Amino acid sequence: MTLDVILFYVFGAVAVGSALVVVGQRHPTYSAFALIVTLCSLSAVFGLLGSPFIAVLQVVVYAGAIMVLFLFVLMLLNVKREERRPGGGGAVKAVAVGLGAVLVAQVGSVLAAAARGSGAPGFNASTGHVARLLFSPAYLYVFEATSILILAALVGAVALARKES
Amino acid sequence: MSGGADLTTPALLLSVALFAIGVVGVFLRRNVITVFMCVELMLNAVNLAFVAFSRWRGTLDGQVLVFFVLTVAAAEAAVGLAIIIAAQRNRDTLDLDAFNLLKW
Repeated sequence: MTLDVILFYVFGAVAVGSALVVVGQRHPTYSAFALIVTLCSLSAVFGLLGSPFIAVLQVVVYAGAIMVLFLFVLMLLNVKREERRPGGGGAVKAVAVGLGAVLVAQVGSVLAAAARGSGAPGFNASTGHVARLLFSPAYLYVFEATSILILAALVGAVALARKES
Repeated sequence: MSGGADLTTPALLLSVALFAIGVVGVFLRRNVITVFMCVELMLNAVNLAFVAFSRWRGTLDGQVLVFFVLTVAAAEAAVGLAIIIAAQRNRDTLDLDAFNLLKW
């Protein structure tokens, strides 16, 4: 095993472990911090898979922007710890975990059969290469549509969150 | 950077595991914001699958798709959190069970 394989498994284990904390934690603020750990270790995984552009984007956009927005809203709304369900909810929990295991088995078997082995030789996902494809005519309209989407989201967020006076 | 070590299958399995954890979280948690964070986790799992397939096939389209998923996730977070703030103002709670206006 080379170093990058070992690091892949380490960061993958950290990602899964902190994702379990996100789901198992009753306090949303702790969930948010665990999700930041997941996102940062996933960024390392992206880097190890030879995608430096996505790795940086992951930290800047997800951990830097989206999670700060989450924490800001958690602070704004003064969120409390989630209370236990009156009826226990053990059956719901068991069904949810069972369905999750079925999902892992089904999709996992399909995906594991879909692609095996190492990456294609000569794979280069440097920022320059990705940018050249992103700004090529193939993605021109999608890119422009994305900017309209962001503008619409901006206006929509302001319109939804402001106080009626 | 060349193809490197055999990480395609482990990466895909990691992606499936994270996605399933997100799905279970959506089922289990009743705080809207935690459920929303689980959705972000599922988006990230899909991104990981895109990156793994992109590396396996040696094309860059997967990377571009991850870029678009990130953009949509950012827009979704902004609008979703605004909706959550508006809902909290109306119902005075973040419990998903309280948002039952469209239930019959």
